[in-house]
Amino acid sequence: MNVGVVVFPGSNCDRDMFHVLSDVFNLNAQYCWHDQPLPENLDAVVLPGGFSYGDRLRAGIIAAHSPIIQDVKKIAEKGIPILGVCNGFQILVESGLLPGVLLKNDSLNFMCEWTNLTVENNDTPFTNQFELNQKIPIPIANGEGRYYVDDETLNKLERKNQIVFKYDQVVNGSSNQIAGVCNEEGNVVGMMPHPERAVESEINPQDNKPSSLIFESLLKKVGVEN
Amino acid sequence: MSLESHELEDLKTKIGREPTSTELQIVAAEWSEHCSYKSSKKHLKMLPMDGPLVINEKGYDSGVLDVGDGYVITAHIESHNHPSAVEPYGGAATGVGGVIRDILSAGTRPIALLDGLRFGDIEKDQHAKWLFKNAVTGIADYGNCLGIPTIGGEVEFDECYKNYAMVDVAAIGFGKKENLIKNHAKKGDLVVLLGGATGRDGIGGSQFASDSLETEDRSAVQIPDPFIEKLIIEAILEARNEQLIHAMKDLGGGGLSCAVSETADALDIGIEMDVEKVHTRESDMHSDEIMISESQERMLIVTDGEKLIKLRKICEKFRIECSVIGHVTFDNKMHVKKGETTIANISTDVVANATLLDLPSSKPIYLENIESPKQFPQLSDYSEILMKLLGSPNIASKIWVYGQYDHEVGIRTVTKPGYDASVLRLDNGKFLSIKIDGNPKQCYINPREGAIGCFEEACRNVVCTGAKPIGMLDHLQFGNPNDPEIFWTFLESLKGLTDFAKDFEIPCVGGKVSLYNETSDGPIKPTPVIGVIGLIDKKPLMIQKINSGDSLIMVGDTKDELGGSEYSEYIHKFIGGKCPAVDFSESKKNMNSVLDAIENELIKSAHDCSKGGLAIAISELCMINQIGCNVSLEKIPGEKLDSDKILFSESHSRYLLTIENKNLPKLEETMKKHNVSYSLIGEFTGNSICFTRDSKPIIDLSVDKAQNTWYNSLREMVLHA
Repeated sequence: MNVGVVVFPGSNCDRDMFHVLSDVFNLNAQYCWHDQPLPENLDAVVLPGGFSYGDRLRAGIIAAHSPIIQDVKKIAEKGIPILGVCNGFQILVESGLLPGVLLKNDSLNFMCEWTNLTVENNDTPFTNQFELNQKIPIPIANGEGRYYVDDETLNKLERKNQIVFKYDQVVNGSSNQIAGVCNEEGNVVGMMPHPERAVESEINPQDNKPSSLIFESLLKKVGVEN
Repeated sequence: MSLESHELEDLKTKIGREPTSTELQIVAAEWSEHCSYKSSKKHLKMLPMDGPLVINEKGYDSGVLDVGDGYVITAHIESHNHPSAVEPYGGAATGVGGVIRDILSAGTRPIALLDGLRFGDIEKDQHAKWLFKNAVTGIADYGNCLGIPTIGGEVEFDECYKNYAMVDVAAIGFGKKENLIKNHAKKGDLVVLLGGATGRDGIGGSQFASDSLETEDRSAVQIPDPFIEKLIIEAILEARNEQLIHAMKDLGGGGLSCAVSETADALDIGIEMDVEKVHTRESDMHSDEIMISESQERMLIVTDGEKLIKLRKICEKFRIECSVIGHVTFDNKMHVKKGETTIANISTDVVANATLLDLPSSKPIYLENIESPKQFPQLSDYSEILMKLLGSPNIASKIWVYGQYDHEVGIRTVTKPGYDASVLRLDNGKFLSIKIDGNPKQCYINPREGAIGCFEEACRNVVCTGAKPIGMLDHLQFGNPNDPEIFWTFLESLKGLTDFAKDFEIPCVGGKVSLYNETSDGPIKPTPVIGVIGLIDKKPLMIQKINSGDSLIMVGDTKDELGGSEYSEYIHKFIGGKCPAVDFSESKKNMNSVLDAIENELIKSAHDCSKGGLAIAISELCMINQIGCNVSLEKIPGEKLDSDKILFSESHSRYLLTIENKNLPKLEETMKKHNVSYSLIGEFTGNSICFTRDSKPIIDLSVDKAQNTWYNSLREMVLHA
């Protein structure tokens, strides 16, 4: 199974994600530099976290105009699973692949802490191995992580089951405590917390199994279809 | 921003003519205290710098330690005090950037940062609060953007830093031994400047940092750009992998002047360069400005013509600029041209080696009676004092600070900030534990014992994770060295550190001296900050949650040593009294016994006893684990003392071990084997922090109440008060 890890200038969780995909889950991960075409053989694409273009203007906006995003959009239409984490989520939102925006946290500070998520939608390529409402202990690390949508869009997200993860409690002031969403088709998922920081027991002070299910879901999904 | 008259004479004698204006600028930058260490260098040689794990190569800006299996770690510490005092956001951020490039220049990837921050009294002083808040944001914005985790540090407030800021940054790198840059050059090699454009920021920064802070010279402060730094890191590491780098040096203090002359001097070569080839931010920069600008995010690389083609490709990929500014010669001269015109041509040996000084020293008069003890009124209940200390700026939880730093990125952080020392996993299955510690209150009262205490405290912290100390970083920060009394405190601290390092066989692998830390209000207290790096071969002590019924063991004697304690200074506003002193043999025994207990998996957690004393250390265990305790003061190891001394004395070499009762017999065996002073002093139970003496309650404080104050007070102070 081939997974592309898209790297922009300023991405900084690309190596962590690569390690988890290849060393923990034995997938064939490959880096994809932002100004090169996306390889054709990919079964899934991950946009990792970081500070693409130094978060200038606002997080994700410049990377959303990178050449590679056109290719990401094309494969998104084909239904290939795409996961954006943290800055990757911000880029997916800025490129219009996911609804909503990510604003500065209500503390106005960068926040690095462990949070608890609940799974709201277990019918995506990244959540199919979860029980509904299952808890995930997972860290966040962001300055612009407050997910915001207007009421109308929020209704639509709820109706179409596009809310994938919510925080267990108020963390940064995001709309309805949303931590992750998907597109209408469900194959493009974005989340602010970092699953790649939580899947190994050595560095997870709580429980690494729930976060691992995000990657195991992908294995299940692609494994079944291929 | 010029040489002293005797230095000018010295320069003229050495070169046998009048220097040109560019030469004067170059030499003034390089002979500044900041770059030349002219006051301290003679004495720094006393520190032991060699050890079985130390790798020495010419021209490294960071220390290198062999951690086995073909891997090395690099370590360095720097400060950015003057700039941060003027412009805390940019000063602190560029402080982070500078030390990272020192790690990078050895050819290793930076994997962790630690910050030591010191400011004036934030409870009263709005300016100190502004400095603090902005320095933290500066560090966060820079380190977070680079994706290098900030895994620890310390924050302290003291009146002596009024209108000033101490920003110390330590960085750790990791890499393969075979990838270390073996600095070398051959005739005809090219000298390349890579990275950000040279601008008018940071002009004369080194001289600015080599004088008391009296004017707010903002143009001497550099402007941070972490995005460019990130691109440079990735580009350099890619070039390293392709073996395109013969020699490398970061541009820090003294800018091009320093980087060119020191590279040439270290490699025993000459360098001819042209200022017109330097890519600049502004078109009308004067040659002298180009030579001494301290614009950030620049690296100097020596390579050859063939490799340059590949290097340019890498730079194009990352869209960073790279200019060939000169080439290597073999006349040991630093030859600077502007087009065809020579503007400086001077022996690198002269530029890179200022005449060293042997400054006079004399014991400060203030020290004569400072250690005479003072008796404080004895109380029957210390709960209120404990609460006051828990909410005090120096003791309150620093979560407001480290919560703004990404401390997880890189997925190495096993033990997170907030405990004694952070622990990182390495690629060879070993673990690294790092901590930095300073204690100006104790160093003021006794510069020697205070400095040793900082060193031992940092050792204790890494020992609590199960790590054996393998290297030390020293950062010696003092006032104006031309004051013999200040210079005496510098020498005393240095001698103390040397004695401890030799006795414990912990080599000094890197360091920095920062002098002239003064404002119009006077000098700072002596502020050595010591970093200790520990290595864990098998597995670290994974801290386990304390349960009701677990026992509390204390190792090490509590002594009548309230001097410089938070209790003396914060509660009683008294500066003085007996400074805690480390007994080397006791210290060693205690360390070994704790390491033994951890290795044999006898204990659930180990916690060092330091700032605020025993009462604070035990409260921290209770608050973190949300559980109460019953502790009997009469059981505390050591001679019989007044209750306040037992509770708040900051004696060294003490550890608190938590343990399941079933392991108690084995632990006792271990403690007896090491012949240490220890005792079972209490147990965890209920939801109150309780101390008794001869069955009479001395402290009874609800854990919830304590926790609430301890966690939130610093945030409240910064945001609301």
